[in-house]
Amino acid sequence: MQDIPELIERFDFIQGFGLVLWLTLWSAFWALLLGTILVIMRLVPIRTLNVVGSFLVAALRNTPLTLIILTSNIILYVQLGLELGPDSVTNNIRLAILSLSVYHAAFVCEALRSGVNTIPLGQAEAARSIGLTFSQSLRHVILPQAFRGAITPLGNVLIALTKNTTVAAVIGVGVVSLSMRRAIEFRPDVLFLIFLIVAVGFVLITLPMGMLTSWASQKYAVRR
Amino acid sequence: MSSANVLFDAPGPRARRIHLISSVVGGLVIAAVLAWFLWTLWGLEQITPRRWAPIFGSEAWIYYLLPGIRATILAAIFSITIAFAIALVAAMCRMSDNRVLRWASTLFIEFFRAVPVLIMMIFALAFVTAYTPVPVQQRPLVAVVIGLVLYNGAVMAEVIRNGVASLPAGQREAGLSIGLNPTQVRRMILVPQALTAMLPALVSQMVVVLKDSALGYFILYPELLISARQMGSRFGNTTVAFLIAAVLFILINYAVTVLAERLEKRLRRSGRSIRAKDTGYGPSMDVTAMEADLEGPQGRAQDLRPGGRGSTRGIGTGEGGL
Repeated sequence: MQDIPELIERFDFIQGFGLVLWLTLWSAFWALLLGTILVIMRLVPIRTLNVVGSFLVAALRNTPLTLIILTSNIILYVQLGLELGPDSVTNNIRLAILSLSVYHAAFVCEALRSGVNTIPLGQAEAARSIGLTFSQSLRHVILPQAFRGAITPLGNVLIALTKNTTVAAVIGVGVVSLSMRRAIEFRPDVLFLIFLIVAVGFVLITLPMGMLTSWASQKYAVRR
Repeated sequence: MSSANVLFDAPGPRARRIHLISSVVGGLVIAAVLAWFLWTLWGLEQITPRRWAPIFGSEAWIYYLLPGIRATILAAIFSITIAFAIALVAAMCRMSDNRVLRWASTLFIEFFRAVPVLIMMIFALAFVTAYTPVPVQQRPLVAVVIGLVLYNGAVMAEVIRNGVASLPAGQREAGLSIGLNPTQVRRMILVPQALTAMLPALVSQMVVVLKDSALGYFILYPELLISARQMGSRFGNTTVAFLIAAVLFILINYAVTVLAERLEKRLRRSGRSIRAKDTGYGPSMDVTAMEADLEGPQGRAQDLRPGGRGSTRGIGTGEGGL
């Protein structure tokens, strides 16, 4: 047990978890944005956008995240020379954020769609009958309620996203997974302790998220 | 009721014209973006015929892709089978009247849902290396399976528990009234029914397992992704190799999804399905897919497909949820 501070210090676990939070924050922001765009694409009465939206969601959901992150690095960066940052470290962090956002956007879209489905038929009819256009009713009636109805699934996406940031290690982004691998390599004698540090770290991050989600979904749910 | 046509009126002639025009314009814009991307790739000689040629040869398939697919499916089958057994035990324990069993299994389930699968794989590899006599070549496979089993065992246990929770109360009462004790009722009446009803959800959990097996990349389990990458280096066609890997993953997962949908349809016809508490499948390492429904907003609409518009197949039987 007295090894814990030393392990945390020596293998940059604090930094690793900091990076997990950083990736989570930015990816969550972009995923929410992209996911909203995707769900709008699927809701508008424009055939091609519906089809493309459904296709994108289906494809993203069935592709492993590892593949998406590797692709962003090997194809966008190495092969196509896309530079998102001044140096390779920043660049890879941003590529990881890009991949995480795109991947989770599909799940945000599904969550929002389940939110849309909680809205009673009459709401949209009422919006039309007071003369709102499609985009007005989307903006003032449908989406606000969809977000409130989708808090729980959105929270689940956020928790999954937090855990998925560990995958960024495959392109060398120094999240906890790399610290853990290094720690195991140099201190195999305290294997269980290392695992415990990482596991408890994730429980500590995701537990409040879950609690916050259930609190928010109770507070903001539209009473019907 | 489908979500899409709730949102707008049946279009009149003018609206139909506008829709058609925007449809065409939107299609053109999307096509233009795609064309630009492909054109760039082509210009960089990433997808020229020379790069594609190896895919049509036998070497790529015999030495890289087929072994990769085999390894991926092997890990998935091992994982899903063992995870199912563990899930059954964990679910029974969590519903048990014995407090110690209940707490232990609650702890197990909540803990392994919170820890990322990749972290468990890294740990499992080190553990297997240090403490077990597993031969070197088998270690990555065992580690991948352990990681997948712990996470998916926990998730599937919750699926089963939700299945039991959504059975009509009369089932339990009937069991009790013919003199069975609560444990017998669970074992002989509730869980078997829950399993049948949740079968589609359990099958579509396989998609999560298949996707997550790609995490084996990090601990050098020779699954599809690694073999595709090796093929890319061998033939100098990395972009093509990754495209192929993506297509293969999507096809395999799509097949599983279709299977799950078929099962669900059959169950629904035979009237044995509990109105699906959606479990769906989440982002790999998804946490609490089913909580969405336990606490989620009131009644989830049955049909989440945009009324026959566009294709929503292939996104899981647990549609709409995660």
